[in-house]
Amino acid sequence: MADMLGLANGIWSYRYFIANSIWNDFYTRFVRSKLGGAWIVLQPLSQVMIYALILSNLLSSKIPDINNTYGYAIYLMSGTLAWNLFSEIIDRCLKVFVNNANIIKKMNFPKVTLPAIAVGSAIVNNLILLVVMVVIFLFLGHIPSWNLMFIFLLIPVIVVFAVGIGLFLGIVNVFIRDVEQVVPIVLQILFWFTPIVYPITVIPEKYVRILKLNPMFDIVDAYHKAIAYDVAPRLTAMPVTLVLGLLLCGISLVVFRRANTEMADVL
Amino acid sequence: MTVLKVEGIGKAFRTYRSEWQRVLSWLGLSVVPREEKWILRDITFSLEAGEAVGIVGQNGAGKSTLLKMLCNTLAPSAGTIEVNGRIAALLELGMGFNPDLTGRANVMNTAGLMGFTHDQILGVMSEIEAFAEIGTYFDEPLRTYSSGMQVRLAFSVATAFRPEILIVDEALSVGDAYFQHKSFNRIKQFQKEGTTLLLVSHDRSAVISLCDRAILIEKGEIRKDGPPEDVLDLYNALIAEKEGGIVSQTKNRDGRIQTVSGTGEAVIASVVLLDSAGCATDAVSVGEAVTLEVKATIVRDIPELVAGYMIKDRLGQSIFGTNTFHLDRVLYNLKAGEELMFRFKFNANFGNGNYSVAVSLHQSEAHVAYNYEWQDLAYTFAVVNTDKQKFVGVAWVPPGLELVR
Repeated sequence: MADMLGLANGIWSYRYFIANSIWNDFYTRFVRSKLGGAWIVLQPLSQVMIYALILSNLLSSKIPDINNTYGYAIYLMSGTLAWNLFSEIIDRCLKVFVNNANIIKKMNFPKVTLPAIAVGSAIVNNLILLVVMVVIFLFLGHIPSWNLMFIFLLIPVIVVFAVGIGLFLGIVNVFIRDVEQVVPIVLQILFWFTPIVYPITVIPEKYVRILKLNPMFDIVDAYHKAIAYDVAPRLTAMPVTLVLGLLLCGISLVVFRRANTEMADVL
Repeated sequence: MTVLKVEGIGKAFRTYRSEWQRVLSWLGLSVVPREEKWILRDITFSLEAGEAVGIVGQNGAGKSTLLKMLCNTLAPSAGTIEVNGRIAALLELGMGFNPDLTGRANVMNTAGLMGFTHDQILGVMSEIEAFAEIGTYFDEPLRTYSSGMQVRLAFSVATAFRPEILIVDEALSVGDAYFQHKSFNRIKQFQKEGTTLLLVSHDRSAVISLCDRAILIEKGEIRKDGPPEDVLDLYNALIAEKEGGIVSQTKNRDGRIQTVSGTGEAVIASVVLLDSAGCATDAVSVGEAVTLEVKATIVRDIPELVAGYMIKDRLGQSIFGTNTFHLDRVLYNLKAGEELMFRFKFNANFGNGNYSVAVSLHQSEAHVAYNYEWQDLAYTFAVVNTDKQKFVGVAWVPPGLELVR
């Protein structure tokens, strides 16, 4: 318990550093590339475009229950928004210790600030993506309602869940670098087992139960409800995911405390 | 006041049969590492406030590992470290700098990484800007800086707050002579205000002139902890010992410690300083013509012999040294039992004070390559000013004077 307080204390006393680093991460994107921060949005949107162009012809061009000709695109974007947050946090946490090997070895500071910065940056990027998507929706004639606010209940669930997984993988990755190679593949598979590019209705009933074991299934579904279908999502599955996420975070932090001293040895 | 207390610390790097076992060990399973490699063992010392201590040792002796543990970036595998205050290290400047950010933003970032709060950093920002003296570049991206400017900024940030313990790498380059001087003054100022200095160095004169104490680390252990001169003599001898020679340190009549090392294939039989009349002397006057007479005995057949000497002042700083290699009188193919005499004639152009002579017999250019025998404090003498006008310093460099009025 004292360990956990130590970690929390590390984050609290370095709060300005963390906030400043998140800002720097955001800012440096703007200064060096011509399109700057636009890439934060262009990358996921190009992905959406590809799927929209290719798959909307294969699947039924209109998603049931969305009264908009761009229904499929809107459906895609709302799912991508949730998935992006999840995968970006995992990806950043996965590499955060290895990428910062130099300062970990040479400077004395609470290492827990590094994943905190990574997660903060991922959240900022996702919020920017959210704002841009809402603007695009307005252009497409899809006006989100107050149901959009459910997103802000869902974001913490995704964050906790993704941090729980990502932090653990990030620590293990310091010692077993294969993890860095394996995780993107697993994420790719998980992506296709989550209803992002296809509607839930195309999945045979008997498989839905199995697919629902993936916590991202319900979260992405809730995103669809809140953004694309414009109805209040059912949040019954969220407490379970949240508890699972907190449990994973707890394990990760315990492992982090244990591995902390050995990390600098092998980096 | 004791600012740092290190007790029995050691560092072992562990290897596991598989990294998975390491992961399991965090989860509470007891797994025995396959191998433990101890880099440092049983290091114990303490530092007082305001002390200046040199850390010397050959490459791979464990100096860096020790410093990393003091800085708390590596955790010791055994023992405890008690720190009373903040430790700052000037080992690698510019750590964590981001080339795309301005100097100012980098200061915020780096000082934040050092653990200072937003307000504290803002409080010293103008001071940092003034000390770095990089002008308007302070608000330009770091990638436009010259390497000297980066170092200036890095040094200014690293020393913006006075630490209780400052670790300095002597080889640290802080830009041009002007800034080197300026940064050195700041370090000295810190010391005056009570900061303990820990100087990592290979340079004899730097340690002797700056430190009141030195610690020699050899093969992961403290080999000697004491006055810088003694420690560095031993260090010097250890470098030669690599060639398989013996090293001994004995106390002289006057309480100073004499270090002798070498393979013993050729030995120094006697060393004596003769005055202009040819009599052995231990007091010469400034500028007097003297002869340093070194007698050597060849114990085993050797292919090559160079004899050299070094005159050092009271503090052990080198004043003058040369050898028969530089004098172009290298001897070849010597037979066992041969006896040789070298007479080095020079004028004692030294200032008032006590001097010592170190003598060595070795191969090639310096005694580090292959050392037969190396004797520290082989002879000591005093220089007194009897007939010259008064002057200060260790060298007698009389000027001619032209005056324009």
